[in-house]
Amino acid sequence: MKIHEYQAKQLMGERGIAVPSGRLATTVDEAVAAVRPLIEASGNPVVVVKSQIHAGGRGKGTFKEHPEIGGVRVVTAGIDGGVEAAEAAVRDLAGKMLGSTLVTIQTGNEGKVVNRLYLEQGIDIERELYLAVLLDRAVGRNIVMASTEGGVEIEKVAEETPEKILRAEIDPAVGLLPFQANELAVGLSLGESVTSFGGFVSALASMAMEMDTDLIEINPLVVTKSGEVMALDGKMAFDDNALFRHPVVAGMRDTSEEDPSELAAKEAGLNYIKLDGTIGCLVNGAGLAMATMDTIKHVGGEPANFLDVGGGADADQVSTAFEIITGDENVKGIFVNIFGGIMRCDVIANGIVEAVKRVGLEVPLVVRLEGTNVELGKQIIEDSGLDVVNAASLRDGAVKILELTK
Amino acid sequence: MSILVDRNTKVLVQGLGKTGQFHTEKAVAYGTQMVGAVHPSRAGTTMRFEGETDHSGVPDREDNFEVELPIFATMSQAVAETGANASVVYVPPPFAADAIMEAAASGVDLVVAITEGIPVADMVRAKRYLEGRGTRLIGPNCPGVITPHECKIGIMPGYIHERGKIGVVSRSGTLTYEAVHQLTQRGLGQTTAIGIGGDPVNGTNFVDVLELFEADPETEGVVMIGEIGGTAEEDAAAFVAKEMTTPVAGFIAGTTAPPGKRMGHAGAIVSGGKGTAEAKIEAMTAAGIVVAETPSDMGEAMERALG
Repeated sequence: MKIHEYQAKQLMGERGIAVPSGRLATTVDEAVAAVRPLIEASGNPVVVVKSQIHAGGRGKGTFKEHPEIGGVRVVTAGIDGGVEAAEAAVRDLAGKMLGSTLVTIQTGNEGKVVNRLYLEQGIDIERELYLAVLLDRAVGRNIVMASTEGGVEIEKVAEETPEKILRAEIDPAVGLLPFQANELAVGLSLGESVTSFGGFVSALASMAMEMDTDLIEINPLVVTKSGEVMALDGKMAFDDNALFRHPVVAGMRDTSEEDPSELAAKEAGLNYIKLDGTIGCLVNGAGLAMATMDTIKHVGGEPANFLDVGGGADADQVSTAFEIITGDENVKGIFVNIFGGIMRCDVIANGIVEAVKRVGLEVPLVVRLEGTNVELGKQIIEDSGLDVVNAASLRDGAVKILELTK
Repeated sequence: MSILVDRNTKVLVQGLGKTGQFHTEKAVAYGTQMVGAVHPSRAGTTMRFEGETDHSGVPDREDNFEVELPIFATMSQAVAETGANASVVYVPPPFAADAIMEAAASGVDLVVAITEGIPVADMVRAKRYLEGRGTRLIGPNCPGVITPHECKIGIMPGYIHERGKIGVVSRSGTLTYEAVHQLTQRGLGQTTAIGIGGDPVNGTNFVDVLELFEADPETEGVVMIGEIGGTAEEDAAAFVAKEMTTPVAGFIAGTTAPPGKRMGHAGAIVSGGKGTAEAKIEAMTAAGIVVAETPSDMGEAMERALG
């Protein structure tokens, strides 16, 4: 689960990790009201207005409605004009940003609507660095990843100058050790800021372990003119499977950032991901569901979705799955691919028949059943009188549904 | 021979919920030596399993079975009383990692964790705890391990398996069944089939299993089924190229998966351009592994690899 930058900074702040002061605004008036306290408390006449969406590249992204402005804006009007000038500039900006659609390299062309702004005090930046805590799957442990190349895409740094990426493995038995923090600090040439960095990175490493984060990424991590290490940005994602022990974090979920059909599927206990193609898939098992999409593509079609009904789906879940698939207007045909292991084919067959009765079926349907009680399953579909095409294998099914949707 | 489990494997079950009970019954029907269960609040009692024998399992048994399994409070008691050398974990996600560590502390050789949805941080700790101990973990989030006609630990349907000469190792449950089914249909059969699980942190990886298959004289070929996410398949390909003489065929799921999305399995995600199906297929092909174009071609790919 992803959270917004302002939420990540709130969580970091609570743990004593240095972040700039900031205020959340969901209306223009709230944005304007945030300006004075920020300037007065920090003594810095600069404020930054940051769009809060669950996607990176906000600074370089632009609004569909206002192509001239980016998703993150530094307001400098206060330097010469004082608080009132800063407020006026923020009023203008917030009016344009709130409710508008921000398109970044991570949002896709459709972009995301900005409903929240985060206003922050300006920071006098000496250096920009990169810092992250994430899982290294090869060793089965979290690592700290740091780089002198802050503020740019870390994938690019890893690709072009891998020597500029420092790593420290966190032993879960002892946590990140002081000498490791020191090694990182030396690697980043932090000089007098070594202590500030040490505290920062140690707190971040503990946070990752204790709060079950998938990823904490601080890009950029800045060293201020006064030598303090601070998170200028903060991206945080959590392990969904551990949310049960973090109710506060679970409460930070912003469902408006999620695809409505994916959300409905999740509530029904289904794994669904919407894609752009025309052939809907209903499969049991994540690996088989992926392989079904791949096979559709391999024979020349385009899958409309990933959908894994899991190992223990009942007729109701299969019905819901059908509703979700047929609710996608791009879908021109449906391919049901089941290898019944524990999941019995007769249960699936009943689910399909039930679903078609309930939801109706206006597109071709190809069903491939294999495994436990396969003959019974085929019989149920046969007896139902439904217009269903049987397939002998995954590949055969993919070819058939493609022909029927041409 | 086979790897990991055989007719001498004595298995304890940890977690006696609906799933645990259901699959314990199936395992007993298959002929697996289930010797007891661990459940603190029901310790001292027994649980009865009876029904029709699954004749696709251990041969030469009567048509019906009847077993009374003792229930213990702790793993160490259960191991001391039964001499078990393996356990299977059906414990719910919040408590599953603890069950795995308890199994390791009890000294069993093998623990198979079926549970899906264990927090990653719990598995990071469990993996660390297992270091240097003699216990091998399979899974979590996996279908389990089966040596046809000898021992079935997990949730796979027993009857699709047939004893033969191919080892199967996979990150996906249903794709394992696909491969097994095709191998059975083609008369190749399996020595042992292992699901290593779809989670980002697991106990046993491709390389570990490939090493065991390479050393097993009965295994004449291996089918390896991977998916997007991580670099375990690339590591396996390097191992195959360098250390293996046994022919290997394979398949990778997720060519069409959009980046940044978790495809059902917690570990199946392409992030930051890493873990793509293309990179894995390329590495496997370069290592001489015959990669099937679709899952329907896995059996055929194995035949081609065998030459």
